[in-house]
Amino acid sequence: MAVIRVQAEDFDLGREVDAVRAGRTDIGAVVTFTGLVRDMGGGQPVSAMELEHYPGMTEAALSQIAAEAEARWPLQALSVIHRYGALNPGDQIVLVVAASPHRAAAFDAASFVMDYLKTRAPFWKKETTPDGARWVDAREEDDAAEARWRDA
Amino acid sequence: MKVLYFAWMRERIGLPSENVETSAGTVRALVAELAAREERYAAAFADMRAVRVALDQKMSDLDAPLDGVREVAFFPPMTGG
Repeated sequence: MAVIRVQAEDFDLGREVDAVRAGRTDIGAVVTFTGLVRDMGGGQPVSAMELEHYPGMTEAALSQIAAEAEARWPLQALSVIHRYGALNPGDQIVLVVAASPHRAAAFDAASFVMDYLKTRAPFWKKETTPDGARWVDAREEDDAAEARWRDA
Repeated sequence: MKVLYFAWMRERIGLPSENVETSAGTVRALVAELAAREERYAAAFADMRAVRVALDQKMSDLDAPLDGVREVAFFPPMTGG
């Protein structure tokens, strides 16, 4: 059963990995992905970001994505933590922790969760730039990244 | 039913959510009703290629029926992660 958290507060990568490893010796691989707020977007400097989400649906969408990953790979643990609210460049946005007996499943599952999250979890980014604040456009590359798992 | 708007749709319409009395049978019919209300609604629904819809918190589409649906949400393509 995956750990899903949607929160305004920051998270601690080390603490989350420790929680996955605690009390067990059967895990062979832990892969983590951390997404950060960049200081550039659309060719412009970004001074701040606001992350909006759809409470209720967000948690359901992340749980669904995690369940698909767990059905697809032999995972021993899977954590997905995503922040919302006011963020600054350098801040952490999202964390995925995937644990498996072998590395390939852990790498693939973490990658799959991120690709699906990008197109299926109801989050929207608004960046503050010197020209004012603007909503970030969805990227076609993200649709393509999701599609590759459907053909796989 | 409850209708929610997110991101630039929320800003364009000026509301995060509202209760809507409608007899619209599909999402498409509801969109037509809303867009006919006022300019701010027309602007939000002007380009439906940029609008996504969820029914009771599950992704859906314009032709989906609204029978029994309690919550409809409109929003642009997602940009999380």
